[in-house]
Parts: sequence; C-alpha cells; structure tokens
Amino acid sequence: MSTQVASPAAASRAKQPAPRRGGGSHKLSAGDKGVLAVMVGIPTLIQLILVWIPMVLSIALSFTKWNALALSDIKPAGLSNYDFVLNNYPPFWPAVEHNIIWLLFLAVVATPLGLFLAVLLDQNIRGSRFYQSVFFTPVMLSLPLIAIIWQLMYARNEGLINNVLGTANGPNAVDWFGDSSINLWAALIAATWRHAGYIMVLYLAGLKGIDPSLREAAAIDGASSGQTFFRVVFPSMRPINIVVVVITIIEALRAFDIVYIINRGTNGLELIGALVVQNLVGEGQVIGVGSALAVMLLVVSLVPITFYLARTFRRGD
Amino acid sequence: MSSNTLVTPDHIADPIPVETRGRAKRRHGGTHLILIALAVMWLIPLLWTLYTALRPKAETDKYGYFSVGGAYNFENFSKAWEQAGLGTYFVNSVIITVPTVLLTLLFASMMAFAVSRFSWRFNVTLLIMFTAGNLLPPQVLAAPLFSIFKFVPLPLSISDSGNFLNTYYSVIMVNTAFQIGFCTFVLSNYMKALPHELTEAALVDGAGVWKQYYSIVMPLCRPALAALGTLEVIFIYNEFFWPLLFIQSGSRLPITTGIKNLQGQFLNDYNLIAAGATFTIIPTLIIYIMLQRHFVAGLTLGASKG
Repeated sequence: MSTQVASPAAASRAKQPAPRRGGGSHKLSAGDKGVLAVMVGIPTLIQLILVWIPMVLSIALSFTKWNALALSDIKPAGLSNYDFVLNNYPPFWPAVEHNIIWLLFLAVVATPLGLFLAVLLDQNIRGSRFYQSVFFTPVMLSLPLIAIIWQLMYARNEGLINNVLGTANGPNAVDWFGDSSINLWAALIAATWRHAGYIMVLYLAGLKGIDPSLREAAAIDGASSGQTFFRVVFPSMRPINIVVVVITIIEALRAFDIVYIINRGTNGLELIGALVVQNLVGEGQVIGVGSALAVMLLVVSLVPITFYLARTFRRGD
Repeated sequence: MSSNTLVTPDHIADPIPVETRGRAKRRHGGTHLILIALAVMWLIPLLWTLYTALRPKAETDKYGYFSVGGAYNFENFSKAWEQAGLGTYFVNSVIITVPTVLLTLLFASMMAFAVSRFSWRFNVTLLIMFTAGNLLPPQVLAAPLFSIFKFVPLPLSISDSGNFLNTYYSVIMVNTAFQIGFCTFVLSNYMKALPHELTEAALVDGAGVWKQYYSIVMPLCRPALAALGTLEVIFIYNEFFWPLLFIQSGSRLPITTGIKNLQGQFLNDYNLIAAGATFTIIPTLIIYIMLQRHFVAGLTLGASKG
C-alpha cells in the first residue's frame, strides 16, 4: 500500500498564475448548478462514506469491546483498549521501536541514496536512461513481490547471500528473515531497494527543473560543485524536498506489506500497521484493540499530513 | 524519462568554464564505476529470481542453488501456473483494476473540474479533505470498513456472502475512494493551469457546464489522464491490503494478494516460488516498457508545474 503515498504532488502553487475565476457561479443557470452539484456530490459522498465516516468510526470503535460477530455485542469499554495496548500487549513497544527504526533507516539511508542516484544521473552521462530504468524497476513491483524476491536472496540454504558467504547448508547459515536480531534490517534492505528508486525519480524531475543560471552564477562565484549542490541546488528544490520528507514519513508509518509476507509481522518484525491487521483478521477478532492501535497510527500520521497540507494549500485559493 | 514533457528541459547550453569541465570529465569515470556497481546490486535480486525459476528442482538439489550445472527449462513456470492457479488471480486482478481506474479518473476529473474552474464556498476545504484522505495509512480505516461491509446486506443474487465481504465490489469501492483524493489533487492543479478564456468563450456560446467539462477541459487533460491512468493501473494492480482484508476466498483474490499463498503452497520449493514471482512481474514489466514515460510523468506530475 505504500505506493499510494504517491502524492508527489505539488506544492509549487506559488509559480502558478492565480486563476481568474471567470464564470462566477452567479452566471450559472439552475441546470448548470444542478450538474455541478452532481459532479461534486458523487465524489464527496464516496469520500464521506468510505473515508471520513470510517475514520470517525475507527475512533469510536477504539472505545468499545467487540468481537465483530454481531452489532449488538458492541460494549462500551472506556479507555481499556488503550490501557491494554500500552501496558499489557507485548508486541506494542517493540512495534513502536521498529516503526521508528524504519523511519530513521529510510530517512538516513534510503532517501539520501535516492537523492545520490538522482544527482549522479543528472550529469548527462552516457547510459543515463539505462541506469534510470534499472533503479526504477523495483518501484513498479508490489511490496509483497519484493518480499518474495528477497526471500529468494535471503533463504538459509537456497538463498544467494548465504551461498556467496559460503554459509549455506551449514551450521552458520544465517536465517536473514527468521532471526529476530537481524530480520528487521534485512527487511529494510528490501524496502530500500524500492524506496531509493522512487526518491530518485522525484529528484530527477526536481533537478531538471532547476534554472541553469543558478549553477552558472555559483560557478562564476567560484563555488565548488559540493558547495553549489548543498548551498544552491538543494535548497532551491524546496517543494520537492517537502514532498520527499512527507513521503518518507508516511511510508514509514504505512510499512506493512513486506513484514506481513515474511511472517505476518511477528518475531522481530512487529510494526504498528501489522498489529492492526493481526487484531482484525482471522479468528479471535479484537476490534477494539485493533482500532486503538489504528487511532494511534492516525494521530501520528496527522502530523506529516497537516504539515504537508498547510504547505501546499497555504497560498490561499 | 528524459522525454518527460511535464518537466522543464534542462541543460540548454553548457556554460561551465573549461577547467571545471575538465574536472567534471574526470569525475564521470568515477560516477560510472559507482553507477555500474549499484546497478549490478539492483539487478541481482531480479536475475537471481529468474535464474532460480529456470532450473528444475532436481538440478538445484543435485548441484546446489549457487551453481551453473544441469538443465534449464520452463518446467517450473508451467507447474507454478497450474498449481497456484495464477490464471484465476490474474483474471481477478483485471476485474478489480479496470473498473477501479476508470471510476477513479471519472469521479476525480469531475471533482477537479468543479473545484478548479469554479469558485464556490467550500471548494478548497473539500480539496484539502480529499487530499488528506489519500495520505492516511489504510489501516486506520480497516476495522470500520470491514464492519460496514460485513453488516450491510446485499441480495444473494449479487453476492453469495449476502454482504460486501468476499466481493470484488468492496475492493473496487475502497480502492476508488482511496485514489480519488490523489487524482483530484493532481487533475485540479492541471486544470487550473488551463487558460480560463477557453471555458469562458464556451460559456458565451451557451455551452453548459457538462459540455465545458466533457468537450473542452477533458480533451485538454489527455496527457495528465494518460499519466494518471498508467500510474493508477500499477497502483491498483500492486495493491495488497484491501483484498487481504475483504476477500477470504482464494478464488477471488487478485494476484498481488494471491502470491502470499505461494510460500505456503510450494513449501520450500524455491524454484516454483521464483517462477510464480516471475509471472507476476511480467504484466508490470510490459506496462513499464510500453508506458514508462506516462508512469514517470504521473509520479512527478504534481511535483512540477502541474
């Protein structure tokens, strides 16, 4: 699902001429107003029923006790789900820690790697298109597929890595996805394989949009290429930088698919997103607990979302 | 990618002084080395998957997985296709993806048209709400949507479960709702940049709102629609979460969710798993090769001028 974050969206309204609001609504006939109402009404109704109301219901359900069998079984539970999650639910704190590690790893390794690739590929070098295609291919793949492909790399006896290390079929074979002390890092490498290419594409577009005269001016002033990049080029990509920061945070919060394929998010791979699903799917559904976890995820997610929306829609229109 | 029309053309001239250019040349040697090393690292997982898939299990058992001996053939592919029922999964993916993408583009373009070409009281507020919805982690909505789909009845003639669970409708509806926000945002930016005189002239000629949308604005949005359409096909095809939550019966799962069963089905037959994985890459790869330009344009659409 992490692909969905793709709102690389824009932010760059400042450059747009303010639209002239011709055809103000007073000129519209009743029929036209009706057509407009339908054009706005249907999508809004869909959002209302399938996004906004469920979001509110999620909060409501987090204060109830329910096994999802019959609507009449819903019992108010006060804060007990939150109390349970915080104090008596063993996977919770490891999951929080793993989500934080996930975020830090993307922010410190995967995202900078994507920026690095974009900078290298922006220099008009031969074969640039080929390299771009290579780094971009994993972005096209689904996260479950990425988990399976890396399982083939990581398997104890059959995987490439243990075979190259010479540990396959021996007592020292590393169980990359099974050993709880390293499997988070192994999963993060798989996630980076995809994330870096995504960030690369965004920054390639950003770098191409930079006014060449900026670099010229920096070069004339005697700036080194490092100085030109960090003091001139990078800051002038501010709109893209904001999008990339938001995408990185949201990807870390949504992280789920890879660990769910590996082992459903257990044994060293606990993540909040996976814990929500564990409480909802299968027998013994504990809707209240799942919802309490979902609400915590919601509250944290609202920070980057609000930041992004405030930036994007600030130039009031 | 370099032909991405939505991005300003770069490097019109090379104004950098000669000595700097000399240094830049030398640096390119190192750049190539780094890029080749990284590209090889990036390709290894894909090549390893393909390589494993091409070797029969008997051969890898005999020579080991990390070897070059033995036969190579497509046995694993035919076995994986039949045993895992990949054909059904692929059909399900099409059943889910096509309506979702069409509905998403239809509703998003209507909404975008209304918020970008007309000013009314809550248009920006609604646009913000739409965009926000798309950014939420889907897990936040999982429990209520699951419950709604479980307890809202459907006639048995439409759904054999008597409700929305285990139907394609549930997945199509939620995917559509989730994607409308993003597409509305991108399309509204695109439509805002179209000159207002276009629709004003049409208004003077007596064209109604629907005609402005359908005959004037939509045709002009073709590049954006092509880019978004390509992007959305890949997104929906790759979507794992909603079918996992809503569809219990294996025969209705789309391929991306269905492949979670590969490991269970093939236990430790990594050759079959590799063949199954390779199959699921093929449609994405075809789209990638055919429509790469649109896909990349879609990803970067909002990030440039829009």
